[in-house]
Amino acid sequence: MSDLLAIEHLSVRLPPGADRSHALSDVSLTLAANEILCVVGESGSGKSVLANTVMRLLPPGVRPDGGAVLFRGRDLVGASEAEMRRLRGAKIGMIFQEPMTALNPLRRAGDQIAETFRIHTKLGARAIRDKTLALLDEVRMPDPAAALRAYPHELSGGQRQRVMIAMALALEPALLIADEPTTALDVTTQGRILALIREIQARRGMGVLFITHDFGVVAEIADRVAVMQAGRLVEEGPAEAVLDRPQAPYTRALIGAVPPLLPRAPRPGTEAAPILTVAGVSKTYRKGGGLLAGLLPGRARVTHAVRDVSLSLPRGTTLGIVGESGSGKSTLARCIVRLLDPETGTIRLGDTDLASLSRRAMRAEARRVQMVFQDPFASLNPRRRAGELVAQGPMLHGVSRADAMAKARELFGLVGLDPAAMDRLPHEFSGGQRQRIGLARALALEPELLVADEPVSALDVSVQAQVLALLDRLRDRLGLSMLFITHDLRVAGQICDRIAVMKDGQVVEAGPTAEVFSAPQAAYTRALLDAVPGRAWIPGRPEMPVV
Amino acid sequence: MTILLLALRRLAASLPTLFVILAGLFLLLQLAPGDTVDALMAQMGGGDPATADELRRYYGLDLPAAAQLGRYLWRLVQLDLGQSAIYGKPVATVIAERLPVTLLLMGASLTLAFLGGTFLGVLAARRIGQWPDTLISTLGLMFYATPSFWFGLMGIVLFAIHLGWLPAGGFEEVGAGYTGLAHVLDVARHLVLPTLTLALVFLATYLRIMRASMLEVMSLDYVRTARAKGLGETGVIVRHALRNALLPMVTLVGLQAGTMLGGSVVVESVFALPGLGRLAYESVVQRDLNTLLGIVFVSALLVITVNFLVDLIYGRLDPRIAAGR
Repeated sequence: MSDLLAIEHLSVRLPPGADRSHALSDVSLTLAANEILCVVGESGSGKSVLANTVMRLLPPGVRPDGGAVLFRGRDLVGASEAEMRRLRGAKIGMIFQEPMTALNPLRRAGDQIAETFRIHTKLGARAIRDKTLALLDEVRMPDPAAALRAYPHELSGGQRQRVMIAMALALEPALLIADEPTTALDVTTQGRILALIREIQARRGMGVLFITHDFGVVAEIADRVAVMQAGRLVEEGPAEAVLDRPQAPYTRALIGAVPPLLPRAPRPGTEAAPILTVAGVSKTYRKGGGLLAGLLPGRARVTHAVRDVSLSLPRGTTLGIVGESGSGKSTLARCIVRLLDPETGTIRLGDTDLASLSRRAMRAEARRVQMVFQDPFASLNPRRRAGELVAQGPMLHGVSRADAMAKARELFGLVGLDPAAMDRLPHEFSGGQRQRIGLARALALEPELLVADEPVSALDVSVQAQVLALLDRLRDRLGLSMLFITHDLRVAGQICDRIAVMKDGQVVEAGPTAEVFSAPQAAYTRALLDAVPGRAWIPGRPEMPVV
Repeated sequence: MTILLLALRRLAASLPTLFVILAGLFLLLQLAPGDTVDALMAQMGGGDPATADELRRYYGLDLPAAAQLGRYLWRLVQLDLGQSAIYGKPVATVIAERLPVTLLLMGASLTLAFLGGTFLGVLAARRIGQWPDTLISTLGLMFYATPSFWFGLMGIVLFAIHLGWLPAGGFEEVGAGYTGLAHVLDVARHLVLPTLTLALVFLATYLRIMRASMLEVMSLDYVRTARAKGLGETGVIVRHALRNALLPMVTLVGLQAGTMLGGSVVVESVFALPGLGRLAYESVVQRDLNTLLGIVFVSALLVITVNFLVDLIYGRLDPRIAAGR
């Protein structure tokens, strides 16, 4: 069988001043029709550049300077812009990562799908409408007729991604390029979208070039796998071979860093007295209304973000709060550190009820509960030096500057950063390093309770493993108790002693991690566990039985 | 129905602002030396103090300032703008005579600035760093940095005096008695230079905003999606980028409606146009308090209306706004 896509010795040059001279160097890959090739790598590995080179949609200044991209034997690197336009959308379809931003917010979903037909065919408006409806039906859009007229902001993330897929599939392309199509989606939605891509691929016999950073997704969908690192191809082969018998040391390290979907071994002392007891906490958001709220009832929208949640966290342990977006897990975390004021309920830290404290009293107690945030890029003030960011908290609580800086120095060592780097600005650190700064900042106040809101979800898998290990070590060493918010069950299994599963603002199930994993009681927990991509694959331990 | 409700709501929200502006202006003019009667007496070539006192009593200027303000506001509530002492006519009539000229000038300038700014901004953004961008940006900076009266004067020197192509001032050929199309063309010829003069500064602003906004939109994901569909460059700009890039421009138009009204004072003076701006200037000089307050009231209503229209257009352009309302 001849190759649908053959990438031969492809090199892509970066503009001068980038961190390396080539985004891709000497990459060779082939993709047959009716096959899914997963290109895996961490951020900066060049996998997205690869996808965009095939489509010839590279940003200005980035261009190929060697090799060829043969699509059905025709070299795309040297093809004219007009020829590329005829291929794009018609013969090669592409799906992007961000369903939030990849659709034009000002145009209706149906119109955006229909545009593909209008560009490449001479079909009439009626025929296009019928075909668009059929497509929306094929991608399993609930109520396709309504989706046709909906604006992107009226659709959920998963629905938007379905619109993207419908758009990419409109003209039955021979090749589909999917650039992290499920990364921004919830795990249950991700499972459905992956199944959809696989199903349509098999039905139409398409070749799919699937870019991802997630080995779970690879295990779920790939026929063949290519692993990339810093612009080079390090390993390539059939999916089972690469996943279960990785040859290259880099692949082995990457796969070794993927947390298995297994609960951690129970630790002693997890039945200690609770340090944190949350009872009956509720928080609602109100939207709209304003001046006319009284005149026009029904305009104000009330969202029950957290509904009557009760939890307890034994001292010295980690409690995971697991849920999808909109489940209220972050709102709950913010209520506990009193960034938000809960409407009802008590939040007992030791003997103090944090929920009933005044703002002023809470400021004094703030040092006992500290938070680590999700986005290591946005949560550090870019104009402040790393050392100051860490020392700021103690200084606010009355510690002298010299003492606070000395403490910051000590903490830098503790979280595995070079104390000499204290004078640097946040942008000079990598994502993982920034998250360590965030951690040092939280620890500087010597909190009893650490609330970590998705602290590793913005990080690459190898960095993620390091940060998780660090959190575990610090908890033991400093006698911390930790509330760990995550959407990722693999991560939760790795670090949490107990797990509480949230859905629609309520806790649907809570218990020791091992019990929740092996014998989930709530239907939703079972659905979550089933949706974890590649759940049957246990990284690095092929000899172990499947759960 | 919803639109009417929104309009009423907007008007209600602007009432306090309107009150503060009118009261502030009223008090400010009390601080200035001289009053309407002084200006009237000067026009008549002087007179005895007894006549002046009688005139003051007639116009109610002998009352304390607070009482005068109260009387004015009470009349305003009844939609009565009062009498102009200088023109001897109701203020509403005086303003109604002048308003069309200003509206025409503002409308024409706004349209020119908006369309020209959009077009040049898109062009500059498409050719960023190349000569069209450099040329457009330099011109924009010149338009922005040069005072508009100077543009007006130079325009008169070049096109009216030197080349003789366009009239130097006025709204129409006095005494020519044109009717129908001839009249329209005559007015248009008279408005070319004033419109250009008023528009250039705003055009420069719009072009910079459009350029920046276009550059930002062109780097967004959905533009890449449009390209991935096989859409050509023109299609990408017209169908996907332009409407999104216009959103900040539309906001700016609303914000600048007031500024443009202010700019028309200068332009109307330079070109001797019988508009609202010049009326305002003359009213200040002649201490014609009623007329001045009337102009401020009408201008404020105009700005509120323009902003309301802008909000409506914004809602049409961006479906996300309508959803949040």
